[in-house]
Amino acid sequence: MLELENVSAVRGDRTIWEEGTFHVPSGSIVAVIGPNGSGKTTLLTMILGLLKPGSGTLRVLGEEPRRGNSRIGYVPQNYAAIAGDSIRACDMVLLGLTGTRYGLKRTTASEHARVQEALAEVGATHFADRRMSQLSGGQQQRVAIAQALVSKPEMLLLDEPLANLDVRNQQDIVSLLKRINAESGIGILVVAHDLNPLLSALDGAIYLLDGHPHYAGVDDVVSEELLTHLYGTAIKVVRTAQGDLFTRSA
Amino acid sequence: MNPAAIAFQSNWVEVISSDFMRTAFTAGTLVAVASGLIGYFVIVRGSMFASHALAHIGFPGATGAALVGTSVMTGLVAFTVIGAVVIGLLGKRASDREIATGTVLAFATALGVLFASLASENTSTVTSILFGNLLAITTGQLIIFAVFLGVLAVVLGALFKPLLFASIDPAVAEARGVPVKGLGVIFMVLLALVVSMAVSVVGVLLIFALLVTPAAAALRFTARPGWVILWSAVIGVFSVIAGLVIAAIVNLPPSFFIVSLVFIIWLVSVTIRRDSSPPNSAGGHSGHPAGN
Ligand SMILES: Nc1ncnc2c1ncn2[C@@H]1O[C@H](COP(=O)(O)OP(=O)(O)OP(=O)(O)O)[C@@H](O)[C@H]1O
Ligand SMILES: [Mg+2]
Repeated sequence: MLELENVSAVRGDRTIWEEGTFHVPSGSIVAVIGPNGSGKTTLLTMILGLLKPGSGTLRVLGEEPRRGNSRIGYVPQNYAAIAGDSIRACDMVLLGLTGTRYGLKRTTASEHARVQEALAEVGATHFADRRMSQLSGGQQQRVAIAQALVSKPEMLLLDEPLANLDVRNQQDIVSLLKRINAESGIGILVVAHDLNPLLSALDGAIYLLDGHPHYAGVDDVVSEELLTHLYGTAIKVVRTAQGDLFTRSA
Repeated sequence: MNPAAIAFQSNWVEVISSDFMRTAFTAGTLVAVASGLIGYFVIVRGSMFASHALAHIGFPGATGAALVGTSVMTGLVAFTVIGAVVIGLLGKRASDREIATGTVLAFATALGVLFASLASENTSTVTSILFGNLLAITTGQLIIFAVFLGVLAVVLGALFKPLLFASIDPAVAEARGVPVKGLGVIFMVLLALVVSMAVSVVGVLLIFALLVTPAAAALRFTARPGWVILWSAVIGVFSVIAGLVIAAIVNLPPSFFIVSLVFIIWLVSVTIRRDSSPPNSAGGHSGHPAGN
């Protein structure tokens, strides 16, 4: 779903990362990892067509990135509705479907049905009528995902969707991602700092190492050497007797 | 004015059916409806301070108009629209924007005072710019109000959903191709038109009461965009008309009564416990009056 040929990310006259050359297979669940400020959000911005590559070619779902690409669903970092007290969750999701439409054409029955479907997909039906400000962080995250999914994209970009969530909610969101990926084959890019909650779902990861992005399958990424280098602090990879994998700072 | 001036007007029925009162009712209604249309967006976008500031930026426009010999309305519109474009272009960095806006606000107010004294405006003109004077509205102004309201309704109708998307979720709206910044500037210009109208009803200093408070009260009861807009218009129109009638009965300026009624409605709305799950929550989408 992503093809990079010698791509660099440039903001103003600063190069954030460069020499990105890799392919990410369609329909996979991929983590985007790297320290703060390494350019993870910048990568998403480029995929969304909001920032042009400084050089090289970037192809997203087989085409040039372009702003307003309805084939991509997006949940930004620090997701919190700005005016959460003034909007209901279901209206928030509806905006994902009709928010780009000019004029006062009424929402059709099939659009309402699609909103209900998206809310059900993320398990948000029972709080869909509440205002965003009355929802917990985990619930708001679900609504945001429903909003991204409602237009039936082929690819989902999530910028740190697990930050600020407790372990249980992290697991719930991850199994939700696994399920929608299995059901519809949607490709998912998840920016994350903590790989642990994601490990069971991941096919691979894009990691931003020393100013260069790389892609590798999950088994190659979960290596002590790589993670230690990546975060600049000793990280251990632990395999439990049950075969579960964990990383922790040593 | 001594306290004895507060007196029951036995001929108030005659007063409220007079021509100038009819103009005042019509003008007040137009302005209240316009405020209701835009109030929800003012709150959703967090532009409360900007709307207050625009009114102050209009102040030197209104007093300066006399200096150059044009109408108060022309001065108001010119200054608020320019101010709106500038504030709109300042963009999203809220804290920077507030400092810049507040600084310009203070300067504009000072300029307004200067212009007023240079033009040797009599105090009653300045007072009516600061506190509004519905009773002084002319037929010409009425036509301008109707045109502004028409423009506002058409533009807001056309932009309703993208503007809501851009206001509530700018990052996602931007990614989905909504022209967030352009809509922001258009919104500010619309706001400038409404502010220019509202200044003549409640004045520069009381603008908040008409532009923000009715929508804030409506939001206590519903968060459905169409209903909030409808209810803020209803609250505004009721307050303006009832305020005018009371003012006629006791022969005092209407601004006080209009703002007091809005204030009371708002007080009631914040004391009543908010309905967190609307009664018809099953379907979740029935009965939107507009847009959504
Ligand atoms: N709008 C912008 N204009 C200029 N520079 C920016 C902008 N946004 C980010 N940067 C810079 O680009 C670099 C990469 O930022 P980015 O937000 O992509 O990092 P990130 O990996 O997402 O970090 P975090 O984990 O903190 O979210 C940072 O050094 C940041 O200062
Ligand atoms: Mg980031």
